[in-house]
Amino acid sequence: MSDSDMNLKQPILEVKDLKQHFPIESGLLLKKQVGAVRAVDGISFDLLPGETLGIVGESGCGKSTTVRAISQLYTPTSGSVILNGLDLINASKKETLEARKDMQMIFQDPYASLDPRMTVRTIIAEPLEIYKRRGMLDTQMSRNDIENRVEELMERVGLNRAFKNRYPHEFSGGQRQRIGIARALALNPKIILADEPVSALDVSIQSQILNLLHELQQELGLTYIFIAHDLAVIEYISTRVAVMYLGKIMELSRAADPYKNPLHPYTKALLSAAPIPDPVIERKRQRIILTGDVPSPNVERHGCYFYDRCPSRMAKCKENIPQMKRVDEHHEVACFLYE
Amino acid sequence: MKKNTNKGSAPLLDVRNLQTYFKTDEGIVKAVDGISFTLGEGETLGIVGESGSGKSVTNLSIMRLIQSPPGKIVGGQILFEGKDILTLSEKELRHVRGNEISMIFQDPMTSLNPFLRISTQMIETILLHQKMTKKEALKKSIDMLKLVGIPAAEERVHNYPHQFSGGMRQRVMIGMALSCEAKVLIADEPTTALDVTIQAQILELINELAKKLNTAVILITHDLGVVAGMCDTVCVMYAGKIVEKAKTEDLYASPSHPYTFGLIQSVPRLDKAQDGKLYSIEGQPPNVIDLPECCPFHPRCNKKMDICTYKYPPVKKVGENHEVACWLYADEKEKSST
Repeated sequence: MSDSDMNLKQPILEVKDLKQHFPIESGLLLKKQVGAVRAVDGISFDLLPGETLGIVGESGCGKSTTVRAISQLYTPTSGSVILNGLDLINASKKETLEARKDMQMIFQDPYASLDPRMTVRTIIAEPLEIYKRRGMLDTQMSRNDIENRVEELMERVGLNRAFKNRYPHEFSGGQRQRIGIARALALNPKIILADEPVSALDVSIQSQILNLLHELQQELGLTYIFIAHDLAVIEYISTRVAVMYLGKIMELSRAADPYKNPLHPYTKALLSAAPIPDPVIERKRQRIILTGDVPSPNVERHGCYFYDRCPSRMAKCKENIPQMKRVDEHHEVACFLYE
Repeated sequence: MKKNTNKGSAPLLDVRNLQTYFKTDEGIVKAVDGISFTLGEGETLGIVGESGSGKSVTNLSIMRLIQSPPGKIVGGQILFEGKDILTLSEKELRHVRGNEISMIFQDPMTSLNPFLRISTQMIETILLHQKMTKKEALKKSIDMLKLVGIPAAEERVHNYPHQFSGGMRQRVMIGMALSCEAKVLIADEPTTALDVTIQAQILELINELAKKLNTAVILITHDLGVVAGMCDTVCVMYAGKIVEKAKTEDLYASPSHPYTFGLIQSVPRLDKAQDGKLYSIEGQPPNVIDLPECCPFHPRCNKKMDICTYKYPPVKKVGENHEVACWLYADEKEKSST
């Protein structure tokens, strides 16, 4: 789709200043809050229909917490998540349930995310059964309809429908991830939140699943939020990329931009650290090696979140938090170098 | 990064036709099935493959750390400086482990004892292999921590493992592994549990130390990017066999086995924009229980021939130091000899 189309579209999901803090408590009987883990500390973005927003960052940067807060698996501390004009954070339980039909998740670990005591049929039909019981399905489905839908979904994700009554342990990692995808598709969602869906898979299986997700998007017009820590995977699947660090978005741009024209010092370091599978290029590369580790998210920060490890830090970075700034039409960055 | 690999003498480590099998209720798993490779002094060898291909078992076999039963090294030789590790007594073995060949594991969280201070664990390792007083060993530990880049090593050495981050713990493990000046360092997925920026630090460290101490490194990984940057030679494993072995540049420039080709092609690349479909190897990895005597890759291979389905291909040379086990490169005589 061309850029002008993108601008005309209304966002399908708006996230505004979302914060998710987890309290740290102490004391045995009288629990007192002594601090907070600031897992997500004020992020904002819009999601346009049909696009894939990739979120990339190191462990502990808050990528998974972001999608879990969006899907209301956690109760966010503050901010708003607006889906189809409805703010999910203050919505009633019924409204949230209704909204979740449009927003489904795929999880990282295909071993932990499927109940070992349920058959594939039960797993994939579960979302349908739940909404059927509450009378919240768009069209009523008979038992037979559900059966047919399960078979149709299995075929769609590349599983043999004859395996319907098997249990998860009988499948390999890649096939299990396909089961997870079929389950996410059962309710015909508009948005899929994919939390590291290929990180636990082998290279040859990873490309199969990426291709499948790509095809499904084209066919069903899905919108993805796609999390990964592998930059190459993110570049391949995404139309836009958000780079996160310590619960903040550092850079937000079209997918190719961070690779061709990275602005934030953290994005640059992340890119230069990612190995490229070509010995000729790899041996000539100059790496920006960051010193130290990711600092603790438990302290409140008054300066740039990346200050401690930044190779180009300045005096003002210590005392002021840089705001997201638009450098061109599609490229935003939170860094004082671009003020 | 060229090293004095072949000085005309025997290689440091020479693995010949190693076979490690596991007995399970469902049948025999040939985790490693007749693999051979050599490692020269100061050389870095990469072993790549997907989960279940036998990379870790290969290296556990070299250290003779296979639990028996269910596992057993049923054949082959592992010559370290001319001595066969497989025939050593338990006592001689203890001298080799940690002293001559050292190992670092994937998970820095579980390979340190959480109840003991770093100092206790490091001193124990050093005293086991070297004649030193406790005081000297402590000094040596601090030196090693400094070498691997732990700040304030004098104080940190008395900390417990939980007080270190993942990257720091892996540094401690590397320091510990190299504290007895081992000649071979086996690194089993040393950076898989770490973030990319930390991974870059650790790989840089291993590279630097290997050069400084002239240690030969066996690097096991599933990441083709890591191999490209680190290794001189690469072995690609599939279902317990080495399917291709070559100099790193040759392997990436002309991957000969269809599996290697597919593996390299199916990784999305940062430096090249890709649209549309990724190349992918169809099907699932094989079930390694009771594998028939055929090419294990044939159900997923796009260049499959009739012979692949009933006979394992011979290893052929396709270039200098470049070997591949695939019927595509076999001559007519070998094909018809069945």
